[in-house]
Amino acid sequence: MITQLVVAQAVAIQERRAKKLGSSIYSGRSHTLMERGFKAFKGSNWFIVLSGFVEPVFYLLAFGFGIGQLIGNLEDGSGNQVSYAAFIAPALLATSAMNGAVYDSTWNVFFKMHFGKIYQVMLSSSMGPLDVALGEISWALLRGVAYSVGFMVIVTPIGLVTNAWGLLAIPAATLIAFGFASVGMAITSYLKSFQQMNWVTFFLLPMFLFSGTFFPVSVYPGWIQTIVQALPLWQGVELVRSLMLGNISMGLWSHVLYFVVMIALGLWFTTVRLKALFMR
Amino acid sequence: MSTNAAREIVIRAKNLTKRYKDFVAVDGINFEVYRGESFGLLGPNGAGKSTTMKMISSVSQRTDGELTILGKEPNQKGPEIRAHLGIVAQKDLLDRELKVWENLYVYGRYFGLSRKFLKPKIEELLDFAQLQEKRNSKADELSGGMQRRLAIARGLVNEPEILMLDEPTTGLDPQARHILWDRLFRLKEQGVTLVITTHYMDEAEQLCDRLVVMDKGQIMAEGSPQELIKKYSSKEVVEVRFGTDKNEAAAKKLESMGDRIEVLPDRILIYTKHGEQLLSEIVEAGMNPITSLVRRSSLEDVFLRLTGRTLID
Repeated sequence: MITQLVVAQAVAIQERRAKKLGSSIYSGRSHTLMERGFKAFKGSNWFIVLSGFVEPVFYLLAFGFGIGQLIGNLEDGSGNQVSYAAFIAPALLATSAMNGAVYDSTWNVFFKMHFGKIYQVMLSSSMGPLDVALGEISWALLRGVAYSVGFMVIVTPIGLVTNAWGLLAIPAATLIAFGFASVGMAITSYLKSFQQMNWVTFFLLPMFLFSGTFFPVSVYPGWIQTIVQALPLWQGVELVRSLMLGNISMGLWSHVLYFVVMIALGLWFTTVRLKALFMR
Repeated sequence: MSTNAAREIVIRAKNLTKRYKDFVAVDGINFEVYRGESFGLLGPNGAGKSTTMKMISSVSQRTDGELTILGKEPNQKGPEIRAHLGIVAQKDLLDRELKVWENLYVYGRYFGLSRKFLKPKIEELLDFAQLQEKRNSKADELSGGMQRRLAIARGLVNEPEILMLDEPTTGLDPQARHILWDRLFRLKEQGVTLVITTHYMDEAEQLCDRLVVMDKGQIMAEGSPQELIKKYSSKEVVEVRFGTDKNEAAAKKLESMGDRIEVLPDRILIYTKHGEQLLSEIVEAGMNPITSLVRRSSLEDVFLRLTGRTLID
């Protein structure tokens, strides 16, 4: 008897929602995908997760403190002199956020889509494609956030965060991870083979190396600068670097806007694509 | 079928059509499903059964026609309709990264069910599916029959009004099939409406109150198993076998003897009211079949007649 009542309630929740806009694609339960994520994660390989985290830390040690000794200080773009380690640390934080989010939203999503088939199952419940898109993207961004928090925990004690604005680097990293996870999943949903998946990796490496990560983009001719500045990692690097070095200006909102658009586009295309793939 | 008039219709399809580019998977079919009945979609592979199931399950949008499930229109009310449905897809599609009980739990969460509700519900479903001992195994460690039972248990987590089963026993051994049939009977007794696709005739006869036979996206016939047998077949069937080369020649002689005759690659089926009598006539006529069998007519005979045997895989 009691069970009947509870189910009636669950159905009632669905029907109350039905009056809201978008009820045919969204039922407000994307968080249940996070619950699934944690349950599945318990049984997975921690080493792979850990290896993704240590990568930017190794870069910081090798370049920041190793090569940094040879370089000395440099100008941060706002006229301040900073150590080379302090220059690249924010970039590596942004990269951490990107790596975590991209790893999950590309390879893991690709696997779930084509082999695990879990999206079909989710879509046979009372969730809609937007629930699934938002839930999976949120789960992917969580890894990006975890990586960047871990990175902060390492760089803060060694004095690479010089002011209180630096704390905003974490929400900034969350935004960056959200943007990459969103677009990452959208792109993955259009890819059909492992070869195509490798293009993603192929694109990420040069973006990591040349987005103002290890040297200012002012070294490029103007037209290359324009291309680099259109790339999402440069936007992320600029945002985190300005925050960690305390170069605060209204201009930072343009980076925020960039990621908001990225998130919205990614969510939209992922939802459309999930519907096309699994609800045809 | 006058009793049906008073019963509540839970699924209504009118001129229901699904086209994929040039291919017409479902070609303007009409049917109704009543609350509490067990409704079967029968047909060879590619007949459009699974596509019809997907449209009813509100995971596939129709191209044309009308469809209402529990009085609602699926294109706009998909999540709302699915809240009342239990969907068991043809492939089991279990979450292989999760344990058996977690499969039930997580799926229940997808429906927005509370942890408090799910805790006893999971126990109930594990009992029902006879999977208590396997509760902590990963889903892909289960045997085929167990996986199918888990998929059905998962489909029941939201206490659905309609359970959609797409070929529920395909690929299972006879024992696993019988266990599953028993479980499905129990659900029917509890008042759950079952919609089942199958290409096993014995399964349809066992499980379905009423069924439609589909072929090439269209409905060829509709009725209860008994009605269909009565309408499209005779009471009894005599099966005789003369050896591969001699069947054709023997068939010519047999043609006049029964109501109707069907020549299969390996044997001849003769449809008649009185099987034993016919068989003795055959023997008296001096034809000595290698093997012979008199049996009651079954849905398989209906199916052969309606869809043509060459289509069956």
